Amino acid sequence: MFGLEKKDMRMLMIVAILTLCAPFILNPFPTDSALAQFNAGYPDLMQRFVIFGIFAIGFNILFGLTGYLSFGHAAFLGVGSYSAVWMFKLLSMNVVPAIMLSVVIAGIFALLIGYVSLRRSGIYFSILTLAFAQMSFNLAYSVLTPITNGETGLQLTLEDPRVLGVSATADGSIPVTNLFGLEMRSTFEMAVGPWAFQFNAGYYLCALILLASFYLSIRIFRSPFGMMLRAVKSNQQRMNYTGLNSRPYTLAAFVISGMYAGLAGGLMASMDPLAGAERMQWTASGEVVLMTILGGAGTLIGPVLGAGFIKYFENIFSKINDNVLHSWFSFMPDGMEDFVVFVIHPFIGKGWHLTLGILFMLVVIFLPGGLVEGGQRIAGWFKGRKSSEKSASGKTNPAE
Amino acid sequence: MGILEVKNVGKRFGGLQALSEVNLSVKENSVHAIIGPNGAGKSTLLNCLVGKLIPDTGSVMFDGQSVLGRAPYEINQMGISRVFQTPEIFGDLTVLENMMIPCFAKRDGAFELNAIPSVFSQKDILEKAENMLEEMNMADKRHMHAAAMSRGDKRRLEIGMCLSQEPRLLLLDEPTAGMARADTNNTIDLLKQISDERDITIAIIEHDMHVVFSLANRITVLAQGTPLVEDDPENIRGNPKVREAYLGESA
Repeated sequence: MFGLEKKDMRMLMIVAILTLCAPFILNPFPTDSALAQFNAGYPDLMQRFVIFGIFAIGFNILFGLTGYLSFGHAAFLGVGSYSAVWMFKLLSMNVVPAIMLSVVIAGIFALLIGYVSLRRSGIYFSILTLAFAQMSFNLAYSVLTPITNGETGLQLTLEDPRVLGVSATADGSIPVTNLFGLEMRSTFEMAVGPWAFQFNAGYYLCALILLASFYLSIRIFRSPFGMMLRAVKSNQQRMNYTGLNSRPYTLAAFVISGMYAGLAGGLMASMDPLAGAERMQWTASGEVVLMTILGGAGTLIGPVLGAGFIKYFENIFSKINDNVLHSWFSFMPDGMEDFVVFVIHPFIGKGWHLTLGILFMLVVIFLPGGLVEGGQRIAGWFKGRKSSEKSASGKTNPAE
Repeated sequence: MGILEVKNVGKRFGGLQALSEVNLSVKENSVHAIIGPNGAGKSTLLNCLVGKLIPDTGSVMFDGQSVLGRAPYEINQMGISRVFQTPEIFGDLTVLENMMIPCFAKRDGAFELNAIPSVFSQKDILEKAENMLEEMNMADKRHMHAAAMSRGDKRRLEIGMCLSQEPRLLLLDEPTAGMARADTNNTIDLLKQISDERDITIAIIEHDMHVVFSLANRITVLAQGTPLVEDDPENIRGNPKVREAYLGESA
């Protein structure tokens, strides 16, 4: 179906079910229970899951297929956000033109940066992209203040022209982003017993775009173009001596992944119409690298898993504080409770980076293929047990 | 006038004159071997032919056109394919995919953003690649990872990849280096078959005299960066100069 092989179709279906049912899946605990703080099914966070999923899917087209490690992809995300906010300021609050412009501008931007950076490969390419991203960040932060509004960030005001919309609503407030009238912030709440599930219009727009992005990335992975990109990663020398110039292929991959980043940035601004320079900072670029590697670089579903994983940690672990810990361990004798809280303290709240860092190291060392490899190993383990139960001969399949 | 004409080529690396006044003419549809002791400049010469190095002096003409100043991929598109000393294949790809890439290169030449259709929907490419695998006796390995194959199979695959581009000149850099005797003999048979059945010129750099004398119909002996003699195999065998170059003056 959709021109996909069975295996890929199944993968697409899994992602579709995960994203479309996310309000249920991410809210497994009743609202009043002690575990409710592990619920991630609120619109703001779910939007971030899928937006960063899109960002990571795009990054994986460059890094996973060609092996070119860009440390500057946040620049395209930031450019996309600024473009979208400008569209809201000048044209209308409809998200469609805003998202389209952010993709186009990010693509042009990626073409320029990629054209220069791809003259080098390996570490030099990474450094060049990092330099460009930091330049963009600093420009946005200071020199380009008329366009980016400097450190305050670009925001909507009541004086914006919005030629196809209104500068201010009837009650004098700033209009909200919408999709042909459907407000992005509108949320339908469904209460089922002690549970409360939230269905947000903005989230579902992001989710549908994620599915389209994921589908496109599958097609790219399985296309002749994708094969050429894998060939670039595998052996550039042979590529050159086969009459193929690798530059246009890598540049096209760079631009496509830049456009994915721009799309993510545009969506981010569509959900919350402001854009700040910090979105372009190198830590943001590093984050998408972590997501891709953590999930499994070069795999289709890995980046989506990695993005969800990291965003979950960032938002859930950072919210656990000492009071919460004390309430968890209150059953212990006093001295022991304090000691346990003292030991766990550095890993939670502001220390969530430490937990993430340790997990990242463990994954890279023990599962070089990321979470996807972990899943495969578990599946293989189950299969192996089943087949050994069936036939005691212990015949193994050739590694392939 | 040969298909490949090398005239007065010189190349210096710092204080080392790697090549000086190299003249070489490879006739169309011949098997031309370039032999010489270690450090004679064989690999440097080859690198000058394929665009990896640019000679300091002289000219290299392929089929009447200069190759100098062109990138390796452009020279390849002119009709020169190269087989490396250690097989250069796409190790992470399957054998079939390895064979498909040169077929795409042959069809499109220039870059084409063919990003939506599946690889396997390209029937003409698939058929061509399958045929070439058949011809190389590798059809049973088509879904194997190329890196997992034996040295001999990798070499076979690399030669097949070069052939699927239908080159006019096939350059081989010590194609049997590090191979077991059986693999060496297989490679000799394969190359013999290629030169008999195809409209192709082969230039081969080789250490192994057994390989050279079973394949070549013209031999150039290179010593200290300059050609010593160019002659037919029968005459090379007994040439005292060649013996001297290989075994040293005391011999």
